Amino acid sequence: MIKKEAMKIISSKQIATDTVEMVLENEYISNHATPGQFLHIAITGHTLRRPLSIAAVDSKARTVTILFKIIGSGTETLATYQVGETIDVLGPNGNGFPVQTGQKPATVLLIGGGIGVPPIYFLGTQLKKFGIQVQSIIGFQSRDYVFYENEFQALGETFVVTNDGSYGYKGFVTDVLDKTSRFDRYYSCGPLPMLRAVSDNLRGNEGYLSFEERMGCGVGACYACVIPTEDEAGYKKICQDGPVFRANEVIL
Amino acid sequence: MIDLSVTLPGLNLQNPIMPASGCFGFGREYSQFYDLGKLGAVIMKAATGEARLGNKTPRVAETASGMLNAIGLQNPGVEKIVETEIPFLSQFHIPIIANVAGSTIEEYEKVVTVLNESTDLAAIELNISCPNVKEGGIQFGIDPEMAATVTEKVKKRTRVPVYVKLSPNVTNIVDMAKAIEAAGADGLSMINTLTGMQIHLPSKAPLIANKTGGLSGPAIKPIAIRMIYEVKQHVTIPIIGMGGIETAEDVLEFLLAGADAVAIGTANFLNPFVCPDIIEQLPAVLKKYGFTSVKEATGGAHQ
Repeated sequence: MIKKEAMKIISSKQIATDTVEMVLENEYISNHATPGQFLHIAITGHTLRRPLSIAAVDSKARTVTILFKIIGSGTETLATYQVGETIDVLGPNGNGFPVQTGQKPATVLLIGGGIGVPPIYFLGTQLKKFGIQVQSIIGFQSRDYVFYENEFQALGETFVVTNDGSYGYKGFVTDVLDKTSRFDRYYSCGPLPMLRAVSDNLRGNEGYLSFEERMGCGVGACYACVIPTEDEAGYKKICQDGPVFRANEVIL
Repeated sequence: MIDLSVTLPGLNLQNPIMPASGCFGFGREYSQFYDLGKLGAVIMKAATGEARLGNKTPRVAETASGMLNAIGLQNPGVEKIVETEIPFLSQFHIPIIANVAGSTIEEYEKVVTVLNESTDLAAIELNISCPNVKEGGIQFGIDPEMAATVTEKVKKRTRVPVYVKLSPNVTNIVDMAKAIEAAGADGLSMINTLTGMQIHLPSKAPLIANKTGGLSGPAIKPIAIRMIYEVKQHVTIPIIGMGGIETAEDVLEFLLAGADAVAIGTANFLNPFVCPDIIEQLPAVLKKYGFTSVKEATGGAHQ
């Protein structure tokens, strides 16, 4: 259930160019958030909340780690918030990545792009706990934007890709798909063009995609963040029905 | 004891606060946050003759003190709304207002005829002012004769009182209001959003897929207040006021300008509890400024 909660900032640091990692304390959200869900964060002076994904949860320490990229005035302001301040959050929102659905996979492939990397990391840590073998592809613009490489290496084999080739493999996440070994299921999060390329390249595989979109209410009431589907309704709401969908459920 | 109740055609309101159309869906999502029975009334998302899928995304953009939206009247169609949404809302025992939209007079007539099948509907908010659909809608909202015609036609078909929602995208709001009152409307609701645009610098193109969108939020409040104040001087039918309300003080400002009740839209997104919060705070604010009831405050700025 989504609740409106105050979260205390425990730490805030820049971990790559324009990329901030913030650890927030809150008992309810740390106990309920699952990989793929998001927090809808109020920022002083802004009419709309910002949907941000979760990179880690530690229910013992009652903390939730979020990661965001500074791309506009809202995230710029959020980056200036100091340790000890509290932020007003709705969460956890949406439906996360299904892990227990169907037959438990033995091996999975994680594919994250840019600010789509954090929720994939949270998922990877859970999959590993369930004894599932994980391999990952993480893509970034260039060397200065790369983060969480070591964290992913700790989960399993990891391929780092940069668009300009300044670090790791050159190109897009889809350019290294042929280097991965066989997998039972894939999970991906990133910008729409990347998800489209991933689902095209991996057609026929069982896969789940998590979408980014500009949101209004973040709870399903305003119909701002919809995605076309093949079913009778013709659409789904990213904030409420998603942000994770089966790859063959939505029209990209 | 401060009396928050208001009686308007078709609407016995326990308080003057209702969520605005399009910002509250059909109430399901916000019913998880609080008991909707606390509200004065609820205005549903627009109903059209057939289901509509709406515009492409992005559909929203934040602006200074507000937001632009171009959803495009996405809704499951009036029949589904009568079948599943009105019954859901009726459990809260508050007046239900249906927002009615269309591209043609025939579509407006069809929607209100289907709505007649529901016994739980208290009133209609006639949406002649949606700026975000390609055809119809807005034309009815900017031409006094067309507005009067659609009002008359709808009045003939419906069983419930009709509140016509005015567009602020006109040169003379008073002419619109007078024409609609003369056509037999039971009340007005005002204002809808103002047409705007935002250019996204990285792509050097309009950010919203529909290019233009409707501006809402605190940025438009002074315009709403001015228009309600002007219209109040020329019509006698009641006014449901809206446009950027965030606080109980804002509500009082709308009442003083001439509103009999108010609707709250964009502010729900930042604070899902904004409606019950304002309902709780309103008595103290009325008292602070010397009022013992909502009715007493309405039109108070016209002396």
